[in-house]
Amino acid sequence: MRILLDKFSKSFGAVKVIEDMTLEIKDGEMLALLGPSGCGKSTTLFAICGIHKVTGGRIYFGDRDMTDLPSQERNVGVVFQSYALYPHMNVAENIAFPLRIRNLPGAEIKRLVDEMADLVHIGNLLDRRPAELSGGQQQRVALARALVRRPNVLLLDEPLANLDAKLRLEMRSEIRRIQLETGITAILVTHDQVEAMSMCDRIAIMNAGQIIQIATPKEMYRNPRTTFVAGFLGNPPIAFVEAEARDGMLAVKNADIRLPVPPDAVTPPDGTPVIIGIRPENLGPEGDAIIRGRVSFIETQGRENLYDIKLENGSVLRSIQRVRDDISLDDEVEWRVRSDRLFVFAENGERL
Amino acid sequence: MTGHLKTWPIILALSILSAPLVLMYAYLFIDTVTNSPPGSFIPNEFTLEHWAFLWHTPPGRPSIWRVTFNSLLFAASTSLLVIVVSSMAGYVLSRLNVPARGFFLAGVMVLHAFPAITLIVAIFLVLQMIGLYNTLIGVILVKAAIDMPLGIWLMKGFYDTVPWEIEMAGIQDGASRFTVWRKLVLPQVKPGIFALWLFAFLLGWSEFILPQVLAPSGDVQVLSVYLASLIADDNNFDMALFKSVGLFYIAPVLILFFVFQNYLMNIYGGGSKG
Repeated sequence: MRILLDKFSKSFGAVKVIEDMTLEIKDGEMLALLGPSGCGKSTTLFAICGIHKVTGGRIYFGDRDMTDLPSQERNVGVVFQSYALYPHMNVAENIAFPLRIRNLPGAEIKRLVDEMADLVHIGNLLDRRPAELSGGQQQRVALARALVRRPNVLLLDEPLANLDAKLRLEMRSEIRRIQLETGITAILVTHDQVEAMSMCDRIAIMNAGQIIQIATPKEMYRNPRTTFVAGFLGNPPIAFVEAEARDGMLAVKNADIRLPVPPDAVTPPDGTPVIIGIRPENLGPEGDAIIRGRVSFIETQGRENLYDIKLENGSVLRSIQRVRDDISLDDEVEWRVRSDRLFVFAENGERL
Repeated sequence: MTGHLKTWPIILALSILSAPLVLMYAYLFIDTVTNSPPGSFIPNEFTLEHWAFLWHTPPGRPSIWRVTFNSLLFAASTSLLVIVVSSMAGYVLSRLNVPARGFFLAGVMVLHAFPAITLIVAIFLVLQMIGLYNTLIGVILVKAAIDMPLGIWLMKGFYDTVPWEIEMAGIQDGASRFTVWRKLVLPQVKPGIFALWLFAFLLGWSEFILPQVLAPSGDVQVLSVYLASLIADDNNFDMALFKSVGLFYIAPVLILFFVFQNYLMNIYGGGSKG
């Protein structure tokens, strides 16, 4: 079902958390609300499921205005960060709870619970109590409980935050598989860019109560609208250097480095201060513009090495390359960047 | 070896110090089943005559079984009232955004600290006016009301430990606020409710002043009042009978306490893992 937030605002007392936010989630789409803590992403989620009353604007599910309906009538499935399973019920009773509330006949409940347990692969755990399950299994039960009543939309509030690293990988693809199999519209709230990029169709990146950019993960990575977006996506993260437009080129401040303006950017007038963003994978032996510096740090990552190079003005760029033995700490290097992959931002962080 | 040498004087000192207590408890029991010659502590005959009150009601006194039943009814009713009201009021104060919540919380605290005995004259007058003087119902209501602030406060503490996500999940699952409380939250605080029930029951069982003043006579006497009337009766002064009734009176308390002491400890821990 299509979800539409129309000029949605939320404030707690005098504190405005979200102002005039408009966001559309397409039918069957999985959208990530990505942002640092305190950016209002969880508030948005709680407004959609009805836990928070909105201060302004409307919320539509399909064509239906849900703004003033209580949570119970919105039919939203929520998976909480702590899973919020009912500790005194076993797995089957947990999954059946939303159906029992609806007074479905017992045989029907059993059929739906079994079907859902098969979907999330917990068919053999139905008699257990939540305390007897591992984190990943609890997560699956929470998913099953949220999905069993065929909700209009599935909301996931940092569902992977409480899992250890290996399980997180596994549940990432599991959640996506279950979402695709059920074809349900889903919203994932997360502060982890890897989760957002790997699980979702589109990402809405938020900061300070506003959506900065909505795009597919690929588009957002390739084409960030601001320095905030560029800095949030990518691991190892992008590096920024201050520069100035000069004679149609970009001159890095206090350093003898000149980079061409990338083809997709507007050439700024001479003397304009700019910020150049260079992703680690675009700095290395290949490219068309030269950067000189000294290797200040080497981090081994197994398949690749991450090199920090310090420019003569003191700013640090990162380069990720396949492991090579010819570079050691404090070496002077002359590497290149692909100028078509540079990002140029104005001083206020907006992309040029 | 040195350890033993060091600890035996302490053990001896403790034994001597606690000997009077041990002797008192021992004689509380011994005197109920024996007779001793005058001037001696050593019993010279075994007898059950001091327990005769169980099957023989002396003239002018209510039957012991009637009184025991009253005590049971009194303790059970007050504790039931306390847990029903406290489990609901505690939830409201812990979770719901009710008007004047702070006032109610402070009020419950003040009432808890308030010595109930100072109200006894006023309560007496009120009960007399509404015709509940010398009835069990009247004294049950008063006792429950006096125990309630503690109960509400304790239950609020238990509810505070239940994660709010469980309630939010229940609401998302389509349950009403009441169903969420009844089906999801209440089971989490079950150990707390049980502990509170036990606590209130023991308080009710041992209550003396309120029944003595508000329901003193005849058919509505409870055990504590019956016991006091024995010692107040100068004409038939019988120490051994007093001890027997006393033992009969504390036996249920001891049993309950030994069986459920872990639950009672729960109250002082302030929460439970469910």
